[in-house]
Amino acid sequence: MLHCINLSPFCGESFTTCLRFAQDQDPILLIQDGVYAAQTGTKFASLVESALAKNPVFALESDLLARGITTTLEGVQVIDYDGFVGLAEKHQVNSWL
Amino acid sequence: MRFGILLKEGPYNHQAADTAYHFVQAALKRGHEVEAVFLYNDGVYNANKLMSPPQDDRHIGKRWSELGANGVEILACIAAAKRRGITEEVLIENATITGLGQLTDIAIRVDRLVTFGD
Amino acid sequence: MGEEIKKIMHVVRTAPHGTIYPYEGLEMVLIMAAYEQEISMTFIGDGVYCLKKDQDTSKLAIKGFMKTLGVLEDYDVEKLFVDRISLEERGLTEEDLYVAVEVLESPAIGKLMAQQDVIIPH
Repeated sequence: MLHCINLSPFCGESFTTCLRFAQDQDPILLIQDGVYAAQTGTKFASLVESALAKNPVFALESDLLARGITTTLEGVQVIDYDGFVGLAEKHQVNSWL
Repeated sequence: MRFGILLKEGPYNHQAADTAYHFVQAALKRGHEVEAVFLYNDGVYNANKLMSPPQDDRHIGKRWSELGANGVEILACIAAAKRRGITEEVLIENATITGLGQLTDIAIRVDRLVTFGD
Repeated sequence: MGEEIKKIMHVVRTAPHGTIYPYEGLEMVLIMAAYEQEISMTFIGDGVYCLKKDQDTSKLAIKGFMKTLGVLEDYDVEKLFVDRISLEERGLTEEDLYVAVEVLESPAIGKLMAQQDVIIPH
């Protein structure tokens, strides 16, 4: 299952809640304001790093660029919409709105 | 693969309509069939033809109309639409007002139903 | 089209009244319930507040949905799951809820989610 997070981690509990339900190796995709979780140096960095031990984490390139995020946490994979669709081909999608 | 999209937010106010649009484009480009974009909650405002954004901005209503002309069904939920004054008179081209039964049919038929919202 | 029954889970994570999401979500569930599919609802986070007893929306002049929630059973939506941690975090127990539900641990709900064909968030 592909878990999509669109909310900033500073704004709600989507990311932490999602982690409680995600199965091992389920991909997590950060989109829209969700990409703020992929930044380096925020208080959520360690949370994302611990998630990476269990789940691949992706961030949508266009949303990173739009928000001026030029460096992302090590291990977070940056993908474009083509990659987003590719993930959705392999997994059912669970949007944590 | 067959995709369906559920869009739960209105245009401009939230990024959901843009993300949904780019996702649909990418899916079509990868050779998938996108059966429908189903508009629910404030998402029904996407089907309002009276929207008139500044010239240098994207026209979200027209985007959906164009997709509608290219075989992607653009469907607005009748219950959600009535509540918000979205009627046949203000409906964008190539869109249809329909019931939640049709969303159920889509959910049953497609391989992936992807939701965008807030 | 296959005759296979689809598993569709509605995940409610929003509180009632503050937004229309759970209310319109319930409207969707009631329509889908008329189809011969395997429909379930899962309440997580603030979504559990939708199930709280003693909601009185009369002074808000909005319909509320406690009555509708009660008829879910008649519509064959018998699978109502609630995340135990979400209840506990809010100081609620099963006794505070208006309808009969199955309280599950998050990993158990996660496993159910993994089995779904469709997940619809509200």
